[in-house]
Amino acid sequence: MLLFLQSLTNGLNLGSIYALTALGYTMVYGIIRMINFAHGDFIMIGGFTLFYSIPFMDSIGVPKPFAIIIAILVCVAVGVLTEQIAYKPVRGHGSMTALITALGMSLFLENLALVLFGTTPRNVPAMFDLPNITIGNISLQGKTLLTLSIGIITMLLLMIFVQKTTIGKAMRAVPEDRIASALVGINVNRVITVTFALGSGLAAIASMMYVTSYVSIKNELGITLGLKAFAAAILGGIGSIPGAMIGGLLLGLIEIFVKVYLFPSWYEAITYGLLILVLLIKPTGLLGRKDNEKV
Amino acid sequence: MNASYKRHYLINLAGIAVLFALLCLLFDTGILGRRTEYIKGLAIIGMYSIIMVCSLNLLTGYMGEFSLGHAGFMSIGAYSAAIFTSLLALYEISIPAPILFVISLIIAGAVAAVFGIIVGIPALRLRGDYLCIVTVAVAEIIRVMLCNLSIPAITGSSTFGKSFAGIPKIADFHYVFIATVICVTLMYMYIRSRFGRAVIAIREDYIAASASGLNVTKHKVMTFTISAFFAGVSGAIYALSITSLLPTYFNFSKSSEFLAMVIMGGSGSMTGSIVAAPILSALPQIISYVNADFASYRMLIYAVLLIVIMIFKPSGIFGSYEFSLERLIDKLSGRKNVKAVTVAGGASIEAPTTAGKDDIGEVK
Repeated sequence: MLLFLQSLTNGLNLGSIYALTALGYTMVYGIIRMINFAHGDFIMIGGFTLFYSIPFMDSIGVPKPFAIIIAILVCVAVGVLTEQIAYKPVRGHGSMTALITALGMSLFLENLALVLFGTTPRNVPAMFDLPNITIGNISLQGKTLLTLSIGIITMLLLMIFVQKTTIGKAMRAVPEDRIASALVGINVNRVITVTFALGSGLAAIASMMYVTSYVSIKNELGITLGLKAFAAAILGGIGSIPGAMIGGLLLGLIEIFVKVYLFPSWYEAITYGLLILVLLIKPTGLLGRKDNEKV
Repeated sequence: MNASYKRHYLINLAGIAVLFALLCLLFDTGILGRRTEYIKGLAIIGMYSIIMVCSLNLLTGYMGEFSLGHAGFMSIGAYSAAIFTSLLALYEISIPAPILFVISLIIAGAVAAVFGIIVGIPALRLRGDYLCIVTVAVAEIIRVMLCNLSIPAITGSSTFGKSFAGIPKIADFHYVFIATVICVTLMYMYIRSRFGRAVIAIREDYIAASASGLNVTKHKVMTFTISAFFAGVSGAIYALSITSLLPTYFNFSKSSEFLAMVIMGGSGSMTGSIVAAPILSALPQIISYVNADFASYRMLIYAVLLIVIMIFKPSGIFGSYEFSLERLIDKLSGRKNVKAVTVAGGASIEAPTTAGKDDIGEVK
């Protein structure tokens, strides 16, 4: 029972990290039909920012959790700059060009981090000093529960933002029909920039969740995390915001449970195998919509 | 056989022979002194990269679908060759090196092709980004599989698998050169054949192609399988020249590096792949050999270069241009004037097709 509950919280926690990252992929894909491979690396940047900003906050006497604000600002800046410098010029050159540019950007960020921080993994100092929560004989990590709640609250806020605000509505309108959106007065370029900013901000929160649970970071952190989050986005149906959340949580849970109960060294294969299976049965993912191709 | 074909084959064969002789002269006479082995090693790296990048170009450039998991097929080939040669060594069966080399390459290619069919038949129902993520997933599954690989040796209690060391180094420069020439020629012939033209038609518009009676799935699976075959051959050369294997080498970064080479060279141009692959795979090594401090910056420069090429020349350095030795000779000897008269409309027919090809990236 203890193992089950721990696996459940760990699975949900990992799932929320995937979900927050997958949201970045899915929103960008929905709006400009491009797999932003650099998105995983935004999390790595968030992690390194936290590595430096947590001690900094501590030294100037500000409570440590406020370090996340710096991380969000840095990630948003990197995300928007990436979009403006690299992605904007290749927009309209076709999906293959966009994909390669994104791969190039990902390679650039990874190697920039390599030059700046070296190859040795860094341990990020603890952000929250929380005791473990004990109910009966079951003990759960306080920090995991806290980050899990932050992750879920962020996703709920995002849902409200996308459903209720004007810019959120524009973000849903542009993927539907870009030309029609421009005709009704939506500034498409601005919407794309806001999408990138929002996605990168979510990546910063995901990086906070990641460093709280897994502590150690290095420059290659974004590759596997990014791939799995992207798999989660596809699993849920790419372009669909609730889909990314469900896909992420599902993937996290499956991964942890397979790891704990079934095949410890095969869990990654199971994750990807499941992804292939879902795509073959329902090629648009769990919540994706089929857009018929016009001849 | 048509006379112009005969001339064509003769010129190309002579060109390759001259190149081979030049390289042999460089490596076998010891002009380069003690650096010979190092440079020969770089040449082999360049050559298996050529096979790999050309095989990926079959998919990306000619079929219009990108695979981000091609290193997976390469690893299948590498492991097949390693297991085959290790088994032979275990049972003390000795086969002359050239024959062993050929058999290993064919086995590696065949095993990779079988995987290609298994993956291709279901996966090629998907297109674009969905197919792309499936190839990534397949490569990751292959990697996990190889990480858990353990083959019990029938004699003795030892097992082997996972990481390999001490694979016989039979990939001699001469064999590798010939293998590369044969592989590239076969791939080029495939593209120029009836099947290749069908594949290009599918890339341009698969709905129109299937309406004209082409079996889209069959052609796609066939191309995918051929591509996997050559990726496997490339992996076998890798295994037989590097002599040790780690499953983690064939990861996502490796796959994306190969894809980047295809695109930078020019997707849809074998010339582009043949030029880009050795330069981009060997250049980083040379730079870090010359200046060790520079090593950490090389990938950074590589990334910037990639982005800059994508922004300013999205069709890659060569676009869809193909180098032709025959054309060059004709030009130098002034023979072209004669030809231009005989095929008067030739130039005007050629012009729009090449112009159209440059816009491939834009066609959805």
